[in-house]
Amino acid sequence: MKDFAYVAAPDVATAVRAAADAPGARFLAGGTNLVDLMRQHVERPDTVVDISRLPLTSVEETKSGGLRIGALMRNSDLAAHPLVRTRYPMLTQALLAGASAQLRNMATVGGNLLQRTRCPYFYDRATPCHKREPGTGCAAVGGFNRSHAILGTSASCVATHPSDMCVALAALDAVVEVEDVRGTRRIPLADLHRLPGDTPHLETTLAPDELITSVELPAPAAAPSRYRKVRDRASFAFALVSVAAALEVTDGTVAAVRLALGGVAPKPWRAVEAERVLTGAPATEESFRAAADAELAPAVTLDGNEFKVELARRTIVATLRDLAREGSRA
Amino acid sequence: MRVNGAETSAELEPRVSLLDALREHLGVTGPKKGCDQGACGACTVLVDGRRVVSCLGLAVQYDGREVTTIEGVDHPVQRAFVRNDGLQCGYCTPGQICSAVGMLAEHAAGEPSAATERVTSRPTLTEAEIRERMSGNLCRCGAYNGIVAAIAEVAG
Repeated sequence: MKDFAYVAAPDVATAVRAAADAPGARFLAGGTNLVDLMRQHVERPDTVVDISRLPLTSVEETKSGGLRIGALMRNSDLAAHPLVRTRYPMLTQALLAGASAQLRNMATVGGNLLQRTRCPYFYDRATPCHKREPGTGCAAVGGFNRSHAILGTSASCVATHPSDMCVALAALDAVVEVEDVRGTRRIPLADLHRLPGDTPHLETTLAPDELITSVELPAPAAAPSRYRKVRDRASFAFALVSVAAALEVTDGTVAAVRLALGGVAPKPWRAVEAERVLTGAPATEESFRAAADAELAPAVTLDGNEFKVELARRTIVATLRDLAREGSRA
Repeated sequence: MRVNGAETSAELEPRVSLLDALREHLGVTGPKKGCDQGACGACTVLVDGRRVVSCLGLAVQYDGREVTTIEGVDHPVQRAFVRNDGLQCGYCTPGQICSAVGMLAEHAAGEPSAATERVTSRPTLTEAEIRERMSGNLCRCGAYNGIVAAIAEVAG
């Protein structure tokens, strides 16, 4: 690991000032992604601002009936929080589907939002990668690309966003609150991550010195919800495909639906096309299939990941079918 | 930093991981370096009672904290590992034991896992629950059946 200047920030003001004063600085929280990338020399910051002691670790109820979650809250603490378990079970399920217990005890909410792709070529400095070194090429397109994206990709990058938590947050319409020396602003989760286009090294709409301070969830819907993850192993593996869904059925008709996908795109993928097809449609397997087909119609596959289209289709349909059954029992 | 109940101090570069600080600078060699990327769990230690992988934290982040390695663990799960053949070569065992101690505390606090049917419930430690909760610790010898049996025995 390259040597770096280390700044321990006792408060947010110190943290954002230190980042503003040292271009290229990185914020360090749990370390589960950044320390790994620094050890591989994929990340080589001259300055590391340690934010792991910032007092942003609480869950508060908002006036509008939602929750405000501190960005330094550990993934395990958020998953186990009584208000999250009872009001947003999909979020608890998504958090618990990710990583291992040790990593969830370290990893923070803000860090999870900003975790980098697990594309093996991004990690391997012996291969070209537009995300790691813009202009060098993409080894994944003609390489081992079984885990790669089918939606929202570009000629420069086919890497997936690896988070489970973010898929649930996308379905829940979360809003991210950020701060820098100029002030604070709020960013809807859908606008936090960028698609790669021809600048895959730019992954978010944050300025380099902007710090995520909290995540706000709107009031929960009453509809049954679920996070379903399909992966190569039963545990401790990234998603091939995942689905976060909430479905409200009234008199056999879809009254409201939220649907987001993981493992298939460079960002947490809100399935707006599927939601459009489903809303007002009969809550039948036929509608669920039509919605999945509509969402997946623009899919572009590579040699290794063609299977993801059918896998995503089946996982969407199965998740919606389960939720429709659950709703009709209630 | 307190390590296994004793106050310790070291002058370290900020890039030194908690694992390297323990092993190379403080002579505490119980935590093992397997993958050095958070995937194998051999370096698992308890920080303020919670299990973490010590390879992915920088030592400076743990200034003032209470770190417990296998050298500081005295728990019934250790004898249960011996009784149930929860190991063969033993390399992953310090991490397995620390992880099991942390896991039993998480379960006692009522925390759910990905194997829990309803996340609002207080799950019982079935075999499926134990396997899911211990998935961050790999064993190349494949002593998993013994490890699960040992933990189940202690969990009652």
